Amino acid sequence: MRPLDESETTAVFGKLFKFVGNNLKNIVENPSHEGPDSNPGRYCFRLQKNKVYYVSEALVKRATNIARPNLVSLGTCIGKLTHGGSFHLTVQSLNLLASNAKHKVWLKPTSEMSFLYGNHVLKGALGRITENIAPGDGVVVFSMSDVPLGFGIAAKSTQDCRKLDPNGIVVLHQADIGGYLRMEDDL
Amino acid sequence: MAATALSKKKTTKSQKAPPKKKQKNEFFSTKHTATKELSDHSDTEDEEIVQNEDSEGDIGGSDSVSELSSDGDKPFTDDFLQGSEEDEGSKSGSGSDSDSDSDEYDIEKKSRAIDEERAREEQEADEEMQLNIKEESDEFRLPTKEELEEESERPPDLPSIQRRIKEIVRVLTNFKNLKQEGAPRKDYIEQLKKDLASYYGYNDFLIGALVEMFPVVELMELIEAFEKPRPMCLRTNTLKTRRRDLADVLINRGVNLDPLSKWSKVGLVVYDSQVPIGATPEYMAGFYMLQSASSFLPVMALAPQEKDRVVDMAAAPGGKTTYIAALMKNSGIIFANEMKPQRLNSLTANLHRMGVTNTIVSNYDGKQLPKVLGLNSVDRVLLDAPCSGTGVISKDESVKTSKSLEDIQNCAHLQKQLILAAIDMVDANSKSGGYIVYSTCSMMVAENEAVIDYALKKRDVKLVPCGLDFGCPGFIRFREQRFHPSLEKTRRFYPHVHNMDGFFVAKLKKMSNKKPNVDPSDPPENTEEGTRLAENEEEGTRLAKEEVGLSQSVKENSKRERTKLTKEKQDSSDGATGNGNVESLSTASKWKKRKFPSKEDVSKAREEKRQALRAEKRKVKSAS
Repeated sequence: MRPLDESETTAVFGKLFKFVGNNLKNIVENPSHEGPDSNPGRYCFRLQKNKVYYVSEALVKRATNIARPNLVSLGTCIGKLTHGGSFHLTVQSLNLLASNAKHKVWLKPTSEMSFLYGNHVLKGALGRITENIAPGDGVVVFSMSDVPLGFGIAAKSTQDCRKLDPNGIVVLHQADIGGYLRMEDDL
Repeated sequence: MAATALSKKKTTKSQKAPPKKKQKNEFFSTKHTATKELSDHSDTEDEEIVQNEDSEGDIGGSDSVSELSSDGDKPFTDDFLQGSEEDEGSKSGSGSDSDSDSDEYDIEKKSRAIDEERAREEQEADEEMQLNIKEESDEFRLPTKEELEEESERPPDLPSIQRRIKEIVRVLTNFKNLKQEGAPRKDYIEQLKKDLASYYGYNDFLIGALVEMFPVVELMELIEAFEKPRPMCLRTNTLKTRRRDLADVLINRGVNLDPLSKWSKVGLVVYDSQVPIGATPEYMAGFYMLQSASSFLPVMALAPQEKDRVVDMAAAPGGKTTYIAALMKNSGIIFANEMKPQRLNSLTANLHRMGVTNTIVSNYDGKQLPKVLGLNSVDRVLLDAPCSGTGVISKDESVKTSKSLEDIQNCAHLQKQLILAAIDMVDANSKSGGYIVYSTCSMMVAENEAVIDYALKKRDVKLVPCGLDFGCPGFIRFREQRFHPSLEKTRRFYPHVHNMDGFFVAKLKKMSNKKPNVDPSDPPENTEEGTRLAENEEEGTRLAKEEVGLSQSVKENSKRERTKLTKEKQDSSDGATGNGNVESLSTASKWKKRKFPSKEDVSKAREEKRQALRAEKRKVKSAS
């Protein structure tokens, strides 16, 4: 387990910024009530076996006891770093993203299952959409009951979405909670 | 009996009526419609007719039977109209009476005779069977050797085996009165064991163990309960939702469920479901976890508080760990450990799915955890020990045949080591805890009460009430073993009493961080010592590490230990006793001397010097 270096940090923050925008400040400076101490510490990012974890400092301190080959996971995993140095977010970061998301999309109840199988979001499935989405922005997908289902990249801006035909793709699928069942071993 | 045979005949007759009529072609077309109507619009009427016949007795029945055949025989112009009217409209009573006129008399007589004969035969058969049963019940005889040999050659006759089982149970409950002359109780029990083993598919060891633990009637209930599966339960994830809301959402999806019991506020039991319960969007969003009801119990006994430090020593697949985190509301810290790497994936996936953020997952052997995390460093430990699984036979039938005495003993050995490691990790002086919960899904005394008794002897701990009052208290004595009387605070759960898997839960409180003296003549230690020279080496390194000091408390502990006599120091490691061990330890240390010329060297030398001094003192004393 080690802290992230410069390039890794920029990659991670860059990806996060796509989804949460200025709320990134919230994420980094969130007081955490984990850990047995009574004063809340802060959260930090750590790297273990090419996975980036978002952990509170109290946990990090106590995880130093555990040897590197035996440490499996700490706090929340938010994504993986590839060999080439780029960073991909995984579905386990959903809770973190959903609470700080800038761009959101809500799906109709009938089309939830299609997204949970890994398909892209079509125009006909949209219930609501936030304003001012630009193509290439990170979008978090919710159900109509405000349960986060996954996230993806916007394919069209909000204006263009209105003119689209019902089978046009609005959000390109990146990760969804169905992944916990489909790809448990790959997480 | 006669009536049902008759009703069968009636229905077949109504079905056969069309093809039968084909033989008599002239009647075919019209009769066909009549009978078709009969069979069409009153299959129920058929039954009604039958019932009416039953009430009227055989005569009425035979009349309506003859009615069909008679209608076929006669030129049917008049009768056809009459017959069809009767068929369509009325109950058979009036119809048959009017139809059983003199013309059909012969046939009627014949059929009545047939019916009577059949009734007679059945009665005779009944009587015979009654006689047989009577013979058996009044005087149940244990099968003799020849009979047994015969039986073993033939394929097993299940109904007779079951009958014999029931009989033996009956005899054993009222042994004095019902027993056969000259047959001791043991013979009956032996025969019962064999029969149970062959009927239900157990091996001899397991049946023997169960027979020793339960009285006969309860044993039957238990074995029957093992044949059926327990209801599936789920636990609401209180980090994300409430039980009421979750129940509403799931009921909308078409799941038939109920709150689990009054002892649980988060459990739901699922009776049946239109959608796969493990693949709903709510499951994927982490609103609930599929778990058996018995798995709730150790975590409820542990009762972790917020901001505690908790260790779960055998955590996969993570049902109990996530429950602990939910009770702690994601505060404090949980160390989830799992030894097998294949199960780690499901553990981390479940933790992330349920939104648990305060957990560190590690992959160690549970016995090494005190070394890694430090002694006396956490507030609570949950040890859901790997066991033989004899309590979950309803989930896994292979346990019936695959467990032997050796398996149980190996499990017990491992569990004893693990529980000592668990106790060593807990800080007795912690403000909010100092508790260890030990649980297994097995019913064997060797894995449950014996392990707790061992822990009570080896460490300064005591049993406290679990808080699960609806269970059965654990055994204080079992066959020739006698346990500490406080073991009645442990709890056992049975499938036939509580409708959950067989389970055992014990809650220990650590009173102090000292490790008491160990009696050298204690039998289990000698066996353990024989197999664990390597363990002693490990203990040696561990003792050395203590001196180096991983943390403040460890340093204090080791100082305390250094001031004690060296014998105690040796004894504090598992199973170290007497001279034999001193030699082995010193040989081990000599070997180590070459590898690590360091602080262990110094400590060993110091020990030997002290021993030499003491030996001299003794010599002086004996001389004087």
